[in-house]
Amino acid sequence: MEAVLTEWLPALLVLLGASFMLLAAIGVARLPDVWMRMHASTKSATFGVGCMALAVVVSHLHELGVETRAIIIIGFVFQTAPVAAHMIGRAAYLKGVRPWRGTMRDELKGRYDPDTHTLASGNDS
Amino acid sequence: MSFFLWNILLAVNWALLTGHFDLENLVGGFVIGFVLLWILGRGTGQKTDYFRRVRKAIAFSLHFLRELILANLSVARTVLLERRDKIKPAFVAIPLEVETDAEIALFANLITLTPGTLSLDVSTDRRVLYIHTLDVKDVDALRAEIKRSLERGLLEVMR
Repeated sequence: MEAVLTEWLPALLVLLGASFMLLAAIGVARLPDVWMRMHASTKSATFGVGCMALAVVVSHLHELGVETRAIIIIGFVFQTAPVAAHMIGRAAYLKGVRPWRGTMRDELKGRYDPDTHTLASGNDS
Repeated sequence: MSFFLWNILLAVNWALLTGHFDLENLVGGFVIGFVLLWILGRGTGQKTDYFRRVRKAIAFSLHFLRELILANLSVARTVLLERRDKIKPAFVAIPLEVETDAEIALFANLITLTPGTLSLDVSTDRRVLYIHTLDVKDVDALRAEIKRSLERGLLEVMR
């Protein structure tokens, strides 16, 4: 029973994490524009890192130092990855990167002020 | 002193008394402390919404975890199986109900980690959050779904 918990479960989690990271890489290669690629890179990579850190927790039960660090890593990655995605996505839009031609709808269009970079909510005027 | 502080104290106490200062024991101590405080709180009739909020926070975390797994499966499906010309991305504006900085930040982060959505920017007057969706059939249904499932849950925990 103990072997199942400390050997197989971490192995499974590491494998799962690695698969999602691979998926992120495939997504970045296959999808057509910046924003779509970021879907793959942020979500799948975050989840991959999460799985790996969780594997560390499970394989080092009863070691406070290792466990807390792994959990803090999960916390930090989950907080910072979306922020990075937001910054890259925003910068790309402001820089004038064209969305892929299949994009159905662009409610962001014309809402940015090109000089001040303020963003209108569309409720005014 | 607030119930949360007591709960932490009880958890640390439990870990120290059992002699194994590790995470499992701290979590176990927290659960035992929570039950104790709940019984005591009922007995003395003190008014607090601490218990309700902890329950809501746990329920919301589980819900979020489920969404996160679904998010990854749906991205996986889109990346591996969907033909390129079938994918329908869009930029969508979501009107915000959350108000404080912390709430907006948390909401935006949660959106990025849930199925097919990525937060891009908040309007300067903080009334609208702009997101990018990877594959959407019905924009208005998506808007309603995000407001219903995510924002409602978040507000219940934060307020």
